[in-house]
Amino acid sequence: MRNLIPVLTVVAVIVAIWYAAAVWLNAQWVLDTAARQDREIGTSELVLETWSQDKPRLPAPHQVVTELWETTVEKNITSKRSLVYHAWVTLSATLAGFAMGTALGVALAVGIVYVRVMDMSVMPWVIASQTIPILAIAPMIIVVLNAMGLSGLLPKAMISMYLSFFPVVVGMVKGLRAPSRMQLDQMRTWNATQGQEFLRLRLPSSMPYLFASLKIAMAASLVGAIVGELPTGAVAGLGARLLAGSYYGQTIQIWSALFMAAIVAATMVGLIGLVQRLTLKRMGMA
Amino acid sequence: MTNAMPQPAEPPVISAKALNLIFQTNDGPVHALRDVDLEVGKGDFVSFIGPSGCGKTTFLRVMADLEQPTSGEVLVNGVSPEAARKARAYGYVFQAAGLYPWRTIGGNIRLPLEIMGYDKAAQAERVREVLELVELAGFEKKYPWQLSGGMQQRASIARALAFEADLLLMDEPFGALDEIVRDHLNEQLLALWARTRKTICFVTHSIPEAVYLSTKIVVMSPRPGRITDVIESPLPKERPLDIRDTPEFLEIAHRVREGLRAGHAYD
Repeated sequence: MRNLIPVLTVVAVIVAIWYAAAVWLNAQWVLDTAARQDREIGTSELVLETWSQDKPRLPAPHQVVTELWETTVEKNITSKRSLVYHAWVTLSATLAGFAMGTALGVALAVGIVYVRVMDMSVMPWVIASQTIPILAIAPMIIVVLNAMGLSGLLPKAMISMYLSFFPVVVGMVKGLRAPSRMQLDQMRTWNATQGQEFLRLRLPSSMPYLFASLKIAMAASLVGAIVGELPTGAVAGLGARLLAGSYYGQTIQIWSALFMAAIVAATMVGLIGLVQRLTLKRMGMA
Repeated sequence: MTNAMPQPAEPPVISAKALNLIFQTNDGPVHALRDVDLEVGKGDFVSFIGPSGCGKTTFLRVMADLEQPTSGEVLVNGVSPEAARKARAYGYVFQAAGLYPWRTIGGNIRLPLEIMGYDKAAQAERVREVLELVELAGFEKKYPWQLSGGMQQRASIARALAFEADLLLMDEPFGALDEIVRDHLNEQLLALWARTRKTICFVTHSIPEAVYLSTKIVVMSPRPGRITDVIESPLPKERPLDIRDTPEFLEIAHRVREGLRAGHAYD
C-alpha cells in the first residue's frame, strides 16, 4: 500500500501531462477546421475535440486504451485486426531469436573464457557488431534469407538473435569468471578436469549474471523482431501495425501497438525475473 | 617420528632442498622464498609461523603445486608436487571455508569425491565418516548459510579429509575466527590428528596456536622469505588446553618470539 501511492501519483502526473500535450498538439487542427467551417469555438469545446479526433497528432490516453480494448478483448484472436494475433506473431519470432541469441551468447562466452585465442580476438568483433545500425542491415538480412528460400519467422528471429546475443556474451564472460582465485585453486588441488570445473563451479557461479543478461536480451529481442517486421511489407506483427499505422496516419493504432509491445516486453522480463528469484533462492545466492 | 612402533626409517613426506622462488612483479622481482631446506616426517604436525610476506603461504602453495619454484627441489611423498597433486596426495584447507552456497554441507563434502569418481555408496560412506570426525554429524542436509563460521571451517576440513589423503595442508584455516572458537577448533584438530595419524602442514601467524598444535615449528621471516629457526617441540602428544600455562609451553613460545624478532632485526 505504501508503495502504491507514489506509483499512482507518478502515473497520474504522466496522464495529466499527456492530456495537456494532446490539447496543445491537436488544437491547431481543431481551430483550422472550425475556421474552415466558419464556426465559433469555445475553450471547453476545443479541449474536448482535441481529445476525440480520428487521426490526432497525439491521441489522448483514453483513445489508446479504447483502441487496445477493442483490438484485444473484442476481436477474435485469429482475426487480422486482433492485436493479440499481431502480438503473438511478433512474440514467437522474439522467443525464437531470444533462444538462439542466448545459445550463441553462452557458446561465445565459454569460448572466450576457455580459449585464449578467442579471448584475445572475439570481443572487439562482438562489440563492433552492435555498432552497426540494425535498421540498416535488417532489410539486407531479410532479402538475403528470402533469396535462400527462408521467410516468415526465421529471418525476424535472426535479427532478434543478432541483438540479443550481445548482452549474454558480456554477462556470461563476467559470470564464468566470477569464481575466486581460491575456488579455482581448490579445483586444481582436486585435479578436476575443465569440464568438471565448468559444470560444478563456473556455471553455477554465473547464474546471477546470466539472469541479468537474459532480461536485457529479451527486451533487445523484441526490438529486433519488430524491426525485422518493418521491411517485410507489413504483413503481420506489431512492427507491421506500426508501419501500416504510419502509412495511413493511424496514430491511435501506432500508439496502441507501442503499448502492446511494452506490455509484452514487461511480461517477458517479469517472467525471467520470477524464474531468477526462484532459482537464485534455491541456490542460496539471492 | 611420533610413531612409537619401531619401524624402518620412512622417507620424508615433504622434502625441500635449496628452494628459491622469485615473483616477477611490476615493482621488480620479489624474493618470496630463499634457500629453503626442510624435511617433514610422516605423522608430523608442522606449523609455519612468521609475519605476512615471509613466504609461509607461498611455501605451502609450492607443496600443493599451486606455485612453481624458480630453483631448487621439492618432493611430496618422494615425487614432484605435480605428480602428488595428480595422485590426490593431499587435502588443502584454505583461509576461507569456500563452501558452495548452492550445495548442502553433505553436497560440498561430496564435491571432491564426485570429481575423483567415487561411486555413490562410497561417497555417502565417506561423507558420514568425515562429518563425524569434525563433529558435524546431523548437519549433512543443512546449507552453509545455516552454519556458524567455525562450523563452516570444520566442514571445509571435512571436505579436505574426505578423499583419504595422508597429507593435510592448511593455510591459516582459523585466521578469520574469534579466539574462543579458535581454541575449540585447535583442540578438535589435535584430536583429529591423533585419530587419523595424518601429516599436517599448518600456516599460522599466532604463536600460541603454533606452539599448542605442533610437533615441529618452522619460524620464517620476510624479505627475502626464509626459515630462521626450526623448533622440535618437547611437549607430549596429549595436550589439554591448559598446557598453555606450563613453563615448557611458555619457553617454546618465547623461543618462537625470539626467532620472529631476530628475523626483523635489520628492518
